[in-house]
Amino acid sequence: MSSRLAKGGRLIDRGAMREFTFNGKRMKGVEGDTLASALLANDQVMMGRSFKYHRPRGVVASGAEEPNALMGIGTDGYFEPNQRATTQELFEGLSAESQNHWPSLEFDVGAVNAKLSRFFPAGFYYKTFLWPRSFWEKLYEPIVRQAAGLGKAPKDRDADTYEHLYAFADVLVIGGGVAGLTAALEAGRAGAKVLVLEQTAHWGGRAPVDGGEIGGATAEEHIATLVAELESLPNVTLRLRCMGAGVYDHGYILGYERLTDHIADKSGPRHRLWRIRAAQVITATGAIERPLSFAGNDLPGVMLASAVRDYVVNYGVAPGDRVAVVTNNDDAYRTAFAMKEAGLDVAVILDAREAGGGALAIAAREAGIRVEAGRAVAKVLGSKRVTGVEICAQAGSGSVLDTIPCDVVAMSGGWSPVVHLWSHCGGKLYWDTEHAMFRPDAEKAPTSHDGKGFVRCAGTANGEMLLSQVLKDAAAQGQAAAKAAGFEGTASGLPDVTEVDEIPLAPVWIMPAGASYDKRSKAWLDFQNDVKVSDIQLAAQEGYESVEHAKRYTTLGMATDQGKLSNINGLAILSDSLNEAIPQVGTTTFRPPYTPISMGAIAGQGRGETFQPLRRTPIHAWHEAHGVQWEPVGHWRRPYAFPQAGESTHDAVNREITTVREKVGLLDASTLGKIVVKGPDAGKFLDMLYTNMMSSLKPGRCRYGLMCNENGFLIDDGVVARIDENTFLCHTTTGGADTIHAHMEEWLQTEWWDMQVHVFNVTEQYGQIGVVGPLARQLLELLGTPEISKEELPFLGWADRVVGGIPCRLYRISFSGELSYELRVPAGQTLALWEALMEAGKGLGVAPYGTEALHVLRAEKGFIMIGDETDGTVTPQDLNLHWAVSKKKDDFLGKRGQMRSHLSSPDRWKLVGLETLDGSVLEDGAYILDAGDNDRGQRNMQGRITSSYYSPTLGRGIAMALLKHGPDRMGETVQVTKLGAEPVAAKVVDPVFYDKDGEKQDV
Amino acid sequence: MSDLTGPAPVTALGRAAFDGYVRVAEEPQRAMFTLRGDLSAAALKNAATGLAGVDMPGQGQVALNAERAIAWMSPDELLLTLPWAEHDKACDQLEATLSDPMLNWADVSQARALFSLSGPDGAVREVAAKLAPVDFSPAAFPQGSFRRTRINQVAGAFWCPAPGRIEVICFRSVADYVFRLLSDAARPGSEVGLYA
Repeated sequence: MSSRLAKGGRLIDRGAMREFTFNGKRMKGVEGDTLASALLANDQVMMGRSFKYHRPRGVVASGAEEPNALMGIGTDGYFEPNQRATTQELFEGLSAESQNHWPSLEFDVGAVNAKLSRFFPAGFYYKTFLWPRSFWEKLYEPIVRQAAGLGKAPKDRDADTYEHLYAFADVLVIGGGVAGLTAALEAGRAGAKVLVLEQTAHWGGRAPVDGGEIGGATAEEHIATLVAELESLPNVTLRLRCMGAGVYDHGYILGYERLTDHIADKSGPRHRLWRIRAAQVITATGAIERPLSFAGNDLPGVMLASAVRDYVVNYGVAPGDRVAVVTNNDDAYRTAFAMKEAGLDVAVILDAREAGGGALAIAAREAGIRVEAGRAVAKVLGSKRVTGVEICAQAGSGSVLDTIPCDVVAMSGGWSPVVHLWSHCGGKLYWDTEHAMFRPDAEKAPTSHDGKGFVRCAGTANGEMLLSQVLKDAAAQGQAAAKAAGFEGTASGLPDVTEVDEIPLAPVWIMPAGASYDKRSKAWLDFQNDVKVSDIQLAAQEGYESVEHAKRYTTLGMATDQGKLSNINGLAILSDSLNEAIPQVGTTTFRPPYTPISMGAIAGQGRGETFQPLRRTPIHAWHEAHGVQWEPVGHWRRPYAFPQAGESTHDAVNREITTVREKVGLLDASTLGKIVVKGPDAGKFLDMLYTNMMSSLKPGRCRYGLMCNENGFLIDDGVVARIDENTFLCHTTTGGADTIHAHMEEWLQTEWWDMQVHVFNVTEQYGQIGVVGPLARQLLELLGTPEISKEELPFLGWADRVVGGIPCRLYRISFSGELSYELRVPAGQTLALWEALMEAGKGLGVAPYGTEALHVLRAEKGFIMIGDETDGTVTPQDLNLHWAVSKKKDDFLGKRGQMRSHLSSPDRWKLVGLETLDGSVLEDGAYILDAGDNDRGQRNMQGRITSSYYSPTLGRGIAMALLKHGPDRMGETVQVTKLGAEPVAAKVVDPVFYDKDGEKQDV
Repeated sequence: MSDLTGPAPVTALGRAAFDGYVRVAEEPQRAMFTLRGDLSAAALKNAATGLAGVDMPGQGQVALNAERAIAWMSPDELLLTLPWAEHDKACDQLEATLSDPMLNWADVSQARALFSLSGPDGAVREVAAKLAPVDFSPAAFPQGSFRRTRINQVAGAFWCPAPGRIEVICFRSVADYVFRLLSDAARPGSEVGLYA
């Protein structure tokens, strides 16, 4: 059984008990435990079931590479699936549940899949669900989804918060093991600004467990010294629980810091995403031990050799009482020593190498441990956990030589340097035959803007396997990185290292070498996705020769662990099946992030109230306090209507329209763009931007203008006021304020740089209030506004006036057809003016109106709206706005485009008004039917509705439409589509429905 | 003129403040002007320095004395800030002195929201660093630094008038968004210690 040892455990505090639940069962661990070590301490070896066959699975590893022990952690808004028990630190009250089982972990119905495994070969899904096609959506997919999947998706809104942080460093060190710390210290001593990220909660990596003496001290003592010195350097920043997640172009690196995952108090931000720019990056990410492929290597109790000794040394936990070590290298012998030292049994060390191991093997024999060379595991015995191993010769086909009882198997197939971060941004690898591993090729580093490498690997990540070499390499890389970042230090002397020499491993990809199909189909490569040796071999047989194809066909390495344990073993099997060398087959692509990071961390503050900026006018709060119904317009919120108590939106809109037509309404027009164009060439500049002539406008006057893009299509419209000889104020649409300002700057900066013009976007400096309706002048006069009669301030004029004690600029412009003043007022006084107008207008029946009323009012007048009548393919001429397109000007943006045959074609759809014969309201966007069908059998169309409303003024539906030859067809009846109903008959009419001569606005 | 200026302008958030591990506060109304033209033109320099009483700033810099400041915005743009009380006088003076038609100015006092971050210098810097892709370390962003950048999803600018203080401007319409972001970044319990 697995249990807590009586002593030991360098990372735990035995005095601090921590209670947690696993599948609802209460268990006890201690401070410093991981969830995995705590479960093992409670003899919970089985921690989940596999994805495809629902086989019982236990923890394999002790770190980020863990494929099996995936848990749903937390509850409700704090629940998250697929969390690795090996990286989840234990805290009081932690709630964990295992995955992929129904109804329970111990008894699982889906395990029948395992018995049927012959029917689930590689590419099973592709092969089985191909036919018939129609079955996929309704039958196959729901069943597959039910049966498959890892953890459950969270049901509640994420209760946690997240944030980003921008950080900068000369040298970024990823990995806080002995190599990372050594490299960081060299760079730090040279004066570089150094940032060190370590994904776990502890400095030092594997060295304290794997032993060795550095400078006469233990590895652990040496690490403490390194950390102490690094902490004393003001130019060095150290972060624990912060993983280097991805390396990107130009020295951009993402760090993933976990702030509250390890504690019960969840009040602070859960994760922080570090967005780092570094001149140089050192990845000191260590190595991952490879499993061995033998039959039953996925049974709970079969673990990586390094993990077995980690649990013993770090957490004081025995993964079992009696271990069988199986290895192809010297390093795994350390596990036997660790077990023995903890007072546990070592049943046997099976060394697959014919000649056996080196110095460590000798030491093992001297310690009385049974060591068998040239031997392998024929099969692991047990059903839900290991009960023993059958031993065979590695060279043969697996005839059983002996059966040895044990409850844990420690396997080691050698080590693979963690080259992921090196590879993210294009670093290349080479195959080291002696150590059977891919190593970073320093000649082919990821390159930065200058074509020079900006990433280097240090220590074990660089393929150095002995402590002395690790330290030497790390120091050199630290110095080199500092130098590349512009800092020259003097090399510090290397400490003396006492270590045991190791002899090379023997590459062992399948155990035994001549394993039968039966054994190969029980030898797992990818534990998480249930991919076996036989699956890869089948894929190769079926022609999936590219490693990328074989991966997708078998799903090897496609689970949440991204094949950290399986990739190298898998491609070795593939290359063997293809009779090719491993480097010829190559690796699949390493992509960020290194391990999954939370969606919340990526979103950062882009959630809740700060998901998107919401733009508010100076009157926003007043609207909110007066029952507004909002309409989003870009990032703005504009009032759509102001329904009163018991009033429907439709009724409110109609009331607002009638108020404007009969009394006086107030419009918050603050969102309209206001761009000041200033300079001697301002008139010339605007003549190029607008289709009509602006330079001839007199100071004190306003003119409606249209803007087109180079293709001749209408992009914006608005009223331009001439302030003085050199100054114009251009109004744009709400959505056009920023884009038209940018459009102006672009032409000034890139094409017309010799024009003497400056543009200022003063949109937000001012609020703007439309005072609209026959009583508008009366309202302003009530507030003591002087000189606003028709003679003193005529239609399309502007003047500065004081309204209710507030200085304003009044534009006599009208988008409703009524007497109208638009009052421009500094933003900080806009609300005061609005309230003064509301108060003074009470006796006149004043009311605020929203965008829907605005739209109906303008449609009654036949005024076009950018975005309704235009969609990026409409010209001014299409809208009968020929009068606003100058024929006198030599050039303007869009002139050439409008001369092209298609744009000047007489057959274009043109603006008309439509009145339904029955008075109903047409559907917005509906089509106007034409006779016959096109060559694809679809009904021909001759136009479409661009705006459609109920007009309370006229008591009927009105619409604007683009219709082929429209203006020539007045009085004709056309048929307009209606969804799910017969077409509606409508009469083609003038688009100006109300006050055709414009008498009401000019009073 | 003062009797014709109407009620005192209100700021976007009515001086909202949040006391986190740094204090986030909307500052009182300040006069702000955009000046555009050849930054080496004597008339432009005189207009700016005459009003602000500080020297011309270098690229990426702000020259300041409390609320009086000249900030470098672009190769042909300055931001001039003054106490609000001097707003009207400054308008008159700019109109009078910038007579060259290619030296232009605009009043942008109320187009913006102005916030301050105050507290321990390292904490103030790290709150800013949560929102803008700028190296706010004391070495890279010393007193007198000015940076136009983005604040999460919107445009903004930061400057460092004194140790333990950073001032931030954004457009007025997004004042609430920026205030929420700054307050969230300054939330107790989210300290980083990046510049500690």
